[in-house]
Amino acid sequence: MSSTTETQVLRPDRKKSRLHFDIIGLGIAAVMIFPVYWLVISALRPNREIRSYNQTLWPTSITFDNFVRATEMPNFGTAIQSSLIVAVTAVVGGMVIATLAALAIGRFRFFGRKALILVMILVQMLPPTAMLIPIYAQLNAMGGIDEYWGLIVVYLVSTLPFATIMIRGFVVNIPVELEESAMVDGCTRFQAFRRVIFPLLAPGLAAASIFALVNAWNEYLFAYILINDNSKYTLNVWLMTFTTERGTDYGALMAASTMIALPVVVFFMIIQKKMAAGLTSGAVKG
Amino acid sequence: MSAADTKAVGPPVPVPPDPQPTGKPSSADGDAPRVQKRKRKKGELLPYFLILPAIVAIAAVYLYPLGKTVIMSFQDMGRRELWSGEPAPWVGFQQFTNILGDPEFWWVTFRTIVFMAICVTLTMGIGLLVALLMRKLSTWVRLVLTVALIAAWSMPLMVAASIFRFMADSDYGLINTLIAKVVGEDWLGHNWYLNPIQGFGIITLLVVWGAIPFVVVTLYAALTQVPQELEEAAALDGASAYGIYKFVTWPVIKPVFTMVATLSVIWDFNVFGQIWLLRGNKPEPEYETLGLYSYSKAFESTSFSQGSAIALITVLLLSGVAVYYLRQLMKTGEVE
Repeated sequence: MSSTTETQVLRPDRKKSRLHFDIIGLGIAAVMIFPVYWLVISALRPNREIRSYNQTLWPTSITFDNFVRATEMPNFGTAIQSSLIVAVTAVVGGMVIATLAALAIGRFRFFGRKALILVMILVQMLPPTAMLIPIYAQLNAMGGIDEYWGLIVVYLVSTLPFATIMIRGFVVNIPVELEESAMVDGCTRFQAFRRVIFPLLAPGLAAASIFALVNAWNEYLFAYILINDNSKYTLNVWLMTFTTERGTDYGALMAASTMIALPVVVFFMIIQKKMAAGLTSGAVKG
Repeated sequence: MSAADTKAVGPPVPVPPDPQPTGKPSSADGDAPRVQKRKRKKGELLPYFLILPAIVAIAAVYLYPLGKTVIMSFQDMGRRELWSGEPAPWVGFQQFTNILGDPEFWWVTFRTIVFMAICVTLTMGIGLLVALLMRKLSTWVRLVLTVALIAAWSMPLMVAASIFRFMADSDYGLINTLIAKVVGEDWLGHNWYLNPIQGFGIITLLVVWGAIPFVVVTLYAALTQVPQELEEAAALDGASAYGIYKFVTWPVIKPVFTMVATLSVIWDFNVFGQIWLLRGNKPEPEYETLGLYSYSKAFESTSFSQGSAIALITVLLLSGVAVYYLRQLMKTGEVE
């Protein structure tokens, strides 16, 4: 921002035009955040205001009735449980596999390394149905429909490519010399990893796990197709039960959506900076 | 993964984080041939052991199903074969001739491409303008805008779709209330989905709203790499604002822009969730894009082979874009 003052001297109208830009910027911010505002405010306003032809931008009063109705919907507890079991297991498994692969890609040159990276990038572009149909047929044949493990395997692998590439980015930034000097000092390769590399890698692993966790938490399509048993619905599929033939209970839907989104928003705020920084610094370096 | 999932948490952007600011080669592949040599000898098998679990996992959940999609496309697998486990009969190119001979398929393909083009144009256009605007803002406004973008970005797709479904509801939707205030009472109760063009308008709104944060944050980060001295020098030499943009700013952000645009093409081509969720899990035929068309053939009409064949055609259509994307990545050295 140091250059601002210089250019201000050159162009006296700068300050005025900055005000215009600021107003436009605030307008865009308002548009972008409005749906989020609408979610929260609808969750908190009385149901008679939601079921009204005349929607108002401000609520007349605040109530938690919608949250109470949402938590009283059938299977709320089991849905939380299912989402947690599936997401956490998938993330733990995924992180172990991704870290191993990231170490290999980041630390060694070996035949097939480039091909592996290319495959990892490519598989992320496959349309979901190209996977959904054969996986459904295969799990059906193996008795994996309505079982957590089917979903866990799918989530684990679907976050694997991105997690591997992300962790690899952190691995290459740890100097090899650290590892080597540990080994010179008598560590085995495994000890060098556990005592030197792993602590340095931990923040990167945390970011990658949050990323994977949020991804698994948000997934709905595979959960919808692979789980038909009401008591094993994940939260997102449970959310679909708010719409029945008699219509949608929007108040409860907004309240439940707020509850589902809240942990994601918190986690997202934690890693966002890391992600945004990582995204381009690599891309522009050429 | 579709465009949808991008906002879920941030996109599976295959650009690896490499916060090393210097152009120095990273330590792993760099300046110590002696170390390299020793490593190769010592760890000849180790890297393969390390990647083995990942390879098995990816093969099981991506490559094997992809192969199975190919096989199923040449069979006729329906509900009976699925449940009895009997081998499905081979039918050669039957599925493909059926699909390609069906005018419905061509309509769906046309709709998918037009929808994708509109979404990508809007996302990239608005995204670029907002990113450029970000540089002109006061610090506190930029902070406010960033928070708004991140808030929108972090909304899970399922939640975002619920919000938009509520806002566009015919009875209790905010959009109808607002339009009715301006235009007149007859807009109350207007159903946005009776006319697919209007319905796709709402869907486009949801897709573009969800995709903009990623594009803005990425492009803005690229813009911070534009050397300010160059822009100032150009301004002093009398270049117009557009001239500065075209000859100084654009060349720097172009690689990132191309990459994000290519990813957007792939994601918006694969848009599934937004349409599926806004149309209550059962989109009408006039709302089907290729993904949904394949889905409904497989799971509504239980013709899994037809669904697979359509999915395979989609993969083939996209492979050109994917190859282009990979070439971009290789050029910037990301795959090294």
